[in-house]
Amino acid sequence: MIRSITRRKPDEELDRLLEHQNRVFIFGCGTCTTLTNTGGAEQVQAMQEYLASKGKLVTGSTVLPVACDNLTHEGLRAFSGQINQASALVIMSCAFGVQNIASQLQKMVIPALDTLFIGKETGVGQFNEVCTQCGTCVLGETGGICPVTACHKGLINGPCGGTNNGKCEIDKNKDCAWTLIYNRLAEIGQLDLMKRFQPPRNHQGEPSPGKILLEG
Amino acid sequence: MSLNTESKLEKILKAGHLAVTSECGPPRGTSLDKIEEKANLIKDCVDAINVTDNQTSVTRMCSLAACIKIKLMGLEPVLQMVTRDRNRIAMQSDILGAAAFGVNNMLCLSGDHQSFGDCATGQNVHDLDSMQLVQTVRHMRDEGKFLGGGDIAGPPKIFVGAAANPFADPFEVRVPRLAKKIAAGAEFIQTQCIYNVEKFEKWLEIARDRGLTEKVFILAGVTPMKSAGMARYMKNRVPGMDVPDEIVKRLSDTPKEKQADEGIKICIETMQRLKEVKGVAGFHVMAIEWEEKVPELVEGAGLYPRPEVD
Repeated sequence: MIRSITRRKPDEELDRLLEHQNRVFIFGCGTCTTLTNTGGAEQVQAMQEYLASKGKLVTGSTVLPVACDNLTHEGLRAFSGQINQASALVIMSCAFGVQNIASQLQKMVIPALDTLFIGKETGVGQFNEVCTQCGTCVLGETGGICPVTACHKGLINGPCGGTNNGKCEIDKNKDCAWTLIYNRLAEIGQLDLMKRFQPPRNHQGEPSPGKILLEG
Repeated sequence: MSLNTESKLEKILKAGHLAVTSECGPPRGTSLDKIEEKANLIKDCVDAINVTDNQTSVTRMCSLAACIKIKLMGLEPVLQMVTRDRNRIAMQSDILGAAAFGVNNMLCLSGDHQSFGDCATGQNVHDLDSMQLVQTVRHMRDEGKFLGGGDIAGPPKIFVGAAANPFADPFEVRVPRLAKKIAAGAEFIQTQCIYNVEKFEKWLEIARDRGLTEKVFILAGVTPMKSAGMARYMKNRVPGMDVPDEIVKRLSDTPKEKQADEGIKICIETMQRLKEVKGVAGFHVMAIEWEEKVPELVEGAGLYPRPEVD
């Protein structure tokens, strides 16, 4: 299953965002940020202690089941008393959840996390970005491995000159996308696909911000 | 001999001479004196001067301005353009600007990743990749059209080059990748610095067997080592660089004060050996912040004086 992958903001940034907010309510999320240990019950508890240590009054907290879901309004209603006492909401969900909550409450929202990417859990505690939702899929010619996402330069006509023993020149913990693609295409007998010149990409497959209205 | 451009580099290569190019890195400031000084150090022993484009992603004076300066000195610049910093509008626009000032050569590159430079948190563009940039320049020149299809009033007559790194892995993709760049329109190639001569020769042999050396001029890239420390750094820290142990050992076994001379010697030996290899059309001498050594290298390799062409 794909997940929204997040990382806690540095304390300094959080402190700055909360500088003039003395009463806060904290939201966690029971889905993605629980899985990534960035906004589950434990992290909400830790945030409560951290903010108390900074002299903030925490009026309450809850872990919403799915912060980005439409049903979130029920969770918000259940805590309306404590939420109303707060001047700001510290939200430990991804930015989808932050925006969902912000749209329903007339309150200042403070995201406690940065949303990094939509990723897939590929091992215990390991998440990888495999698709950037670019709108013009090339997987049919790259053996099902996405160079737009997996190559740091997003190159679609083959590797740059910096491949380093199968790893990317800028991060030895990341595989060179084009080495993976080459190996995969070799395995399935489709190396000729690498010879095809890929013309300049259409970066406006769906102009951002994307919006789709299903017809009929 | 049919020429596509006014490029001196094209004339020299098509006349069958071994070409020699070198490079100047623009300054981190506004003074053109530094460009003039570097260009003057090498002008008599090279046919064209590459001007790097914010190399290693460190912000510098733009390559185009420095190329214009070199052109105004009566010399032949090669505009290096990376796809990292500009989208397709900006690149086509700069190509027109270059051609307007008589910059006749371009080297199309993807560029080092920004994380190596002084704006590590910046956004890279790569709207086009190096291969698509090659094709874009050729399309503008030969079809007289913009990428968007509109007509260009006075198409840019530019001789188009690309880079090749025979040493990056997987080795098996390196010749096919060269073939793809040639198919996209590359007319000359400047390679990564060669220290592993056997591996380069192997790469060139495969390219030759595929008939690629008949379709493109390959300039072998060389960089003299200043010290054993530099050799170790290049070997261990620079991705895509192949420095054999013998080179490191040869420099380490040389007394410190003689290491620079030894580095020059190694570089000259490499050029002398590669001069005889079929498919080598010339040399690209990258003496990084050591431009004053270029004449000695070119002379040592028996490539001086440079041929005259009209």
